Amino acid sequence: MSEPRMPIESGVPEMEPYLHPVLKKNYGQWAWHERPRPGVLHHVAKSGDSIWTVRAGTQRQMDVYTIRKLMDIADEFAEGYVRFTIRSNIEYMVSEESKVQPLIDKLEAEGFPIGGTGNSVSMISHTQGWLHCDIPGTDASGAVKALMDDLHHEFTHEEMPNRVRMTTSCCQINCGGQGDIAINIQHTKPPKIDHDQVANVCERPSVVARCPVAAIRPAMVNGKPSLEVDEKKCICCGACFPPCPPMQINDPEHSKFAIWVGGKNSNARSKPTFHKLVASGVPNNPPRWPEVSKIVMQILNAYKADAKDWERIGEWAERIGWPKFFEKTGLPFTKYHIDNWRGGRDNLNASAHIRF
Amino acid sequence: MAKQMHDTPMLDQLESGPWPSFVTGLKRLANDNDMMVDLLGQLETSYQTRKGYWKGGTVGVIGYGGGIIPRFTELKKDGKPIYPDAAEFHTLRVMPPPGMHYDTNTMRKFCDIWEKYGSGLIAFHGQSGDIMFQGCSTDNVQPAFDEINEMGFDLGGAGPAVRTGMSCVGAARCENSCFDEGRTMRMLVNNALDDMHRPALPYKFKYKVSGCPNDCMNSVQRADLATIGTWRDDMKVDQEEVKAFVAKAGRKYVIDNVITRCPTQALSLNDDDTLAVDNPSCVRCMHCINVMNKALSPGDDKGVTLLCGGKRTLKIGDLMGTVIVPFHKMETDEDFEWLEELATEILDFFAENALEHERTGEMIERIGLTNFLEGVGLEIDPNMISRPRMNPYFRSDDWDEEAAKWAERSAQ
Ligand code: HEM
Ligand code: HEM
Ligand code: SF4
Ligand code: SF4
Ligand code: SF4
Ligand code: SF4
Repeated sequence: MSEPRMPIESGVPEMEPYLHPVLKKNYGQWAWHERPRPGVLHHVAKSGDSIWTVRAGTQRQMDVYTIRKLMDIADEFAEGYVRFTIRSNIEYMVSEESKVQPLIDKLEAEGFPIGGTGNSVSMISHTQGWLHCDIPGTDASGAVKALMDDLHHEFTHEEMPNRVRMTTSCCQINCGGQGDIAINIQHTKPPKIDHDQVANVCERPSVVARCPVAAIRPAMVNGKPSLEVDEKKCICCGACFPPCPPMQINDPEHSKFAIWVGGKNSNARSKPTFHKLVASGVPNNPPRWPEVSKIVMQILNAYKADAKDWERIGEWAERIGWPKFFEKTGLPFTKYHIDNWRGGRDNLNASAHIRF
Repeated sequence: MAKQMHDTPMLDQLESGPWPSFVTGLKRLANDNDMMVDLLGQLETSYQTRKGYWKGGTVGVIGYGGGIIPRFTELKKDGKPIYPDAAEFHTLRVMPPPGMHYDTNTMRKFCDIWEKYGSGLIAFHGQSGDIMFQGCSTDNVQPAFDEINEMGFDLGGAGPAVRTGMSCVGAARCENSCFDEGRTMRMLVNNALDDMHRPALPYKFKYKVSGCPNDCMNSVQRADLATIGTWRDDMKVDQEEVKAFVAKAGRKYVIDNVITRCPTQALSLNDDDTLAVDNPSCVRCMHCINVMNKALSPGDDKGVTLLCGGKRTLKIGDLMGTVIVPFHKMETDEDFEWLEELATEILDFFAENALEHERTGEMIERIGLTNFLEGVGLEIDPNMISRPRMNPYFRSDDWDEEAAKWAERSAQ
């Protein structure tokens, strides 16, 4: 038998071989940029060189035929180099302005929307879900596809007060991350424990340690070592499920969606913020999740109509105040919006600042 | 021609509408790929029952302990998979070049390899920043990896390990770039490959690198070590361009959208439509530069701010990264070596002091920032706080010595 092949532990590859020549030549020497139209960036280097970037939306999970089609377009209509944004948009770089329109025309003809720049709603950064994850309460690609169909106009136009960056997550672990609007699974019932399985597979101490509210206790069930959950304490977070599959948290009916707004990672104007709960109990309704779309559109429409230029959704809500936010979006305010987790008192109004 | 397709009435409803459909892509693959036929069968079942059917396991490549996400179907009847050709559907996490740049030739090679060994489905990219080659049988994981590896690409992280890093487009195409983001990210990750490929940390550890405080890589909220570009001299103002901007956008627009939006009131519009900047008050938030990017730009004395401890929900709630180094130059080889050494120090401290399943942010919350700083050999700085402590629960036996240190540092 031949020696097994050992990996070449090369790590992150160098960028240079994959870089468009104009980007390589002007590396670190860019002067300014403009957006001639939604989906197009024009960067000018200190050397006077220009590069035009055309940004198009993709489905992220791509079949090789789609990828090859995108590469054919890159060779024929662009200059053989592409890159992807953090939100799975593809970018084509061309050094001549005359190539921009034919490239756009071709991409649009092949069904790839042009946009996602500036004050648009860009592609929703999303996770795996039923397609590939072992703990999902829903499907990410499907929910995102359905939402992006509804948001197509907002992706291809820059009509929002400021950029809108959305995320989805198919469990409460939230791979999707923070967003102006985040759409995340929210369980509403404690896990149902499959006691037969626990005895076989479970590392009990690590599950007990995982629970944020110490609701899990080792217990003997039917004479076998198992676990029990104090259902009054349990906050249905699902944290016990990844280390212990018998802790069945996902429920076709009781695993719902919660919607959060006001996450912002940029330092522009206000400091970075986490997103805040605005709606919950939204049904997990495949294949197109219409109830989710409805609430997202309610929020976006109110924001579009009311926010000032450059205000992100969270900044807008802070300016007009949360009472107005709930009024303008038509969403109900409940006791669950009042934070009672560690440090939650920081989120109460410790002042006489009241808007009338 | 592959085996017969299963009915997928629910998934079919995701083929309509203007956004590109992944379902159409899966079906196209299923034309000549049995794994995809059965994958569609299982996915449709999930849509019908609203339940997931994958479980993890252990699959890897020789020499590494991580980088493959194993998936085995749990959808079985009488112990046999209902969709046998997709009973194994593993993912290879592969690290892209910094900035996620590609030439078409490389992309085509990826496609050929994945058509040969896998399902033909590739995600550009996962939230962690990997190329995700999705859908591979256990047997094909090794040969698929071997070919990808021969192309010059390597597996990323999974499990309690250093994870794949991310850096913004930055210097390659952005005028806000304050340092070489790609070089920095590559250096940080490639210096920690052993902790990436042989998972043995308390939990995951992530590096993310953004060229300026716009933080396009979302590092403050998600990275254990966030490296964010900044500058410490005055921002650059091209007054002619300012005047041109005011002439075009109007004074009211400039006052309402630039001057009054500065978080620290560092800006003022002069009577002659030039801009006055109070640089010591400017917190480098980037807003005015974003609005008037032709007129304003970061200064010349550029460098980085480091923040530590960003993470998402589990277990104690979301945490932002907080400042551990307010400013350091990032130009010379010595600067890069300094960062490499500091990152190693932090990773080692994390490995030794974090509890199982604790991220750096939780560890710092538990032990306190000062203990962490002492542990990794960094000095305190008032830039690390929003405001001083608001409670008297501390012991200050050696107040005088500490105050003397401040005097010493300030004298330097
Ligand atoms: C077997 C267990 C797990 C697997 C296979 C897994 C897999 C993944 C995958 C594939 C992603 C990337 C998702 C995407 O880009 O679409 C991801 C991201 C993430 N996972 Fe997990 N995960 C597991 C367990 C966990 C656990 C237990 C936690 C938290 C306690 C967690 C937290 C996260 C977070 C926060 C992200 C997003 C990371 C970021 O980009 O900042 N995961 N995981
Ligand atoms: C003979 C002994 C003491 C008397 C007569 C006394 C009396 C009081 C009174 C009248 C108040 C104000 C209650 C109010 O605001 O309505 C108070 C508050 C308080 N006392 Fe004492 N106290 C005594 C000893 C102590 C000691 C020894 C401590 C701490 C070591 C202490 C800590 C406090 C604290 C923390 C408060 C609350 C302050 C606040 O929240 O505003 N007291 N005490
Ligand atoms: S959000 Fe949860 S369910 Fe979705 S991919 Fe991430 S870990 Fe899996
Ligand atoms: S769901 Fe969360 S709160 Fe409930 S038992 Fe599991 S870990 Fe604890
Ligand atoms: S983080 Fe700053 S430097 Fe990097 S791409 Fe974004 S704006 Fe440009
Ligand atoms: S960068 Fe931000 S803080 Fe500095 S002057 Fe501009 S708006 Fe003000």
